[in-house]
Amino acid sequence: MDLIIVLQAGVATGTVLLFATIGEILAERSGVMNLGVEGMMLIGAMSAFSTTIATGNPWLGVLVAMLFAGLISQIHAFITITLQADQVVSGLALTFLSTGISLVLGEGLSKAGTVSLMPVFSIPVLSQIPILGPIFFTRHSILVYFGYILVPLSWYYINRTRPGMHLRAVGEYPAAADALGINVFRMRYLYVFVGGVMAGLAGATISLAVSPGWFSELTTAGQGWIAVGLVIFAQWDPVRAAVGSYAFGALRRLILDIQGPTMLFGFANPFYYNPYWGFFLQMLPYAFTVIVLVIGSREAMRKRIGAPAALGVPYIRGERGL
Amino acid sequence: MAQPNLPNNPDPSPAQPPFVVEMRGIVKRFPGVLANDHVDFELRPGEIHALLGENGAGKSTLMNVLAGLYRQDSGVIKINGVPVTFSSPRDAINAGIGMIHQHFMLVPSQTVTENILLGLDNPRFILNLSRYDSKIAELGKQFGLEVDPRAKIWQLSVGEQQRVEILKMLYRGANVLIMDEPTAVLAPQEIEGLFSILRSMTAQGKSIIFISHKLNEITAIADRVTVLRRGKVTAAGQPARGLTRQQLANLMVGRDVIFNLEKKPVQRGEVVLDIQDVHADNDKGLPALRGVSINVCAGEIVGLAGVAGNGQRELSQVITGLRKCKQGRIYLNGETVSNRSVIFGIQRGMAYIPEDRTHVGTAPNLSVTDNVIMRKYRQSPISQYGLLNMPLAVKYANELKQAYDIIVPHVSTPVRLLSGGNLQRVILAREISGQPQFMVAVQPTRGLDVGAIEGVHRLLLAQREAGAAILLISEELEELLSLSDRIYVIYEGKIMGEVKIEPGEPDPGLIETIGLMMTGTPLEQIEQQGVRVHG
Repeated sequence: MDLIIVLQAGVATGTVLLFATIGEILAERSGVMNLGVEGMMLIGAMSAFSTTIATGNPWLGVLVAMLFAGLISQIHAFITITLQADQVVSGLALTFLSTGISLVLGEGLSKAGTVSLMPVFSIPVLSQIPILGPIFFTRHSILVYFGYILVPLSWYYINRTRPGMHLRAVGEYPAAADALGINVFRMRYLYVFVGGVMAGLAGATISLAVSPGWFSELTTAGQGWIAVGLVIFAQWDPVRAAVGSYAFGALRRLILDIQGPTMLFGFANPFYYNPYWGFFLQMLPYAFTVIVLVIGSREAMRKRIGAPAALGVPYIRGERGL
Repeated sequence: MAQPNLPNNPDPSPAQPPFVVEMRGIVKRFPGVLANDHVDFELRPGEIHALLGENGAGKSTLMNVLAGLYRQDSGVIKINGVPVTFSSPRDAINAGIGMIHQHFMLVPSQTVTENILLGLDNPRFILNLSRYDSKIAELGKQFGLEVDPRAKIWQLSVGEQQRVEILKMLYRGANVLIMDEPTAVLAPQEIEGLFSILRSMTAQGKSIIFISHKLNEITAIADRVTVLRRGKVTAAGQPARGLTRQQLANLMVGRDVIFNLEKKPVQRGEVVLDIQDVHADNDKGLPALRGVSINVCAGEIVGLAGVAGNGQRELSQVITGLRKCKQGRIYLNGETVSNRSVIFGIQRGMAYIPEDRTHVGTAPNLSVTDNVIMRKYRQSPISQYGLLNMPLAVKYANELKQAYDIIVPHVSTPVRLLSGGNLQRVILAREISGQPQFMVAVQPTRGLDVGAIEGVHRLLLAQREAGAAILLISEELEELLSLSDRIYVIYEGKIMGEVKIEPGEPDPGLIETIGLMMTGTPLEQIEQQGVRVHG
């Protein structure tokens, strides 16, 4: 087991989490929590893969995945922003709905065989850097490189631009934004859409780059839920989201790869001889998600870690305060 | 007042129209309510014009029409003599009219500059805040509104936040400022500061509409007054100088109002509530009370003064058992009540008038009957063999309705349909009818009109005469001074000092002392520095 190879694969796996987490950060910064990330990722993975099979063009696959998932997210936007329903309930329903749609439309896709994937290449010069080069800049999909650019871009957008300032205001105190002529409803629809698009991109990254193919609901295997947990872990900050995403990606790979070799650090590998121990390891990221979500749902803790103040609260015009 | 005859109007500058804002025959109807009934309103350049009226008199409606939030059903608005129609607040701001709401519209996690730039087209995309910081600091200096542009809103005091709100409007080029009860959240010294800011703004040509129900402030700051009652103008642009509080109140309510209710001398009894070194956290888990020790005796009203958010809410919750006490003890007649259940206190004669009438004080969707039996439903006779005796409960509710003057067609009406004053009477009826030994009343008159306030005050004084111990937590200093026997002042969870209140008009030195304590100076320090202290 070569650690460099594990980490290199971990960066690719982490890119999936990164896209989904940043998308959800943008939606939550506007005040809308969308628990449908898992479902939207499945929609993305399925539509990316089937479009590529039909057309042979993976770029078109990624585009369709983003649009389809973005479209699905607007159901959640309509229910929670216009109809002002509970965001948790609507988000869960969206996951069930999107999972169902993906399984129906994806029926038979798993037997489709190989398709052309997104281009893979190494970055000249940068890939020569010891240790970091092979991990971050060698034989990665173009989507992984896009992830590197997205992190500073989204941080800058949120913290240093006018639309980003409006986004933060809408999520913190929508009444104040509304009083100054910012259209709270339009902003929230927009960022829920962006969240959906990013979840779709995350799904496409799985089926066209990281672990190509369609394996029904095992394609995402709960990564959407981990992304929801990572948003809280990252305290709604894209840079922390990147750290968390790549760390979790590496952890996922490590858990898979640690069960391979017979020897580990000169000792008999317990995970090789007791395959059931592996299941325990595989559970850990999800256990982490549960713990983070429980902590993050406590009102006092949410205020301390800087959750957007209006997160989860439908905006009703004319009501005083939040 | 007679209609001004425009051609003969003695206008100092003929090029300028006599009025910055002129509203003629404004009618605004809501389902079932005529909020504004042919209201005329005129604002002269450079004046402070007070708009006075009870809750529901239509003053907020009128100003919301002017600020572009509502559209009038009929009537004309002229700005600098030109008729205008506003379809959104943005239109009003563009016409130079800015409204400062009672609840500040500021994003706590953003800086002063960010809040001021919010919603503007400039800067277009990239926020180079440092460039705007200096611009805003300069504007602040011009009007005496000094505030650090780089500070986050949550770091600022309420008075500073208000300055940011004013700056926000000035930055947008507002010429007319509508201020909705701007002093409600301020300490006495801050009010003086606000008044000098308002004067410096009018000196530079801005005009101000000052919505208020505090009569003494109006006589102190306003040039002219317009009074509304039930949607109609009862006094149009009268000069404020020379008007007495009594006259203003009469114009507002339509009858004489008694301000200083007679406070009968009552023999002070034993200590009923004894709070010793209480510490507690707020909702965020930060310390809200840091060693509060106060006591309340039978037959007295003890006031707790302080600017909002200094631990008053938490203290009332710790006393009633709604919040955990981390350290220290609270005794009711010698028995520990802190960190016990709420029912434990209720069974020992504790009554509670909470700050939030609609969610804590009552269950909004339940009937008047259900709400008034909430303290009694466990006991006989309303509870019989574990069942509610509803006919008896209805009879009981009707008795209270009669005794406490609750205006409601039927006791089965859900309380959410009641007005603020009626709702407060429902709560008072429930709490007082249990003949409490101790009562904690938090902001019992907030948002009530002059007439309803008088009723609440009468009930509190009657309880005092009946020998109850009352802790009155209020942000209205005037109310505390007229009702209390003693006043404690709280600041950041600590008691700054205690003063005795003698009957009669309060001494200005005493008010100053309380004001200093409200802004964080302990009483001993004030005494050492030789400020005149009373009591």
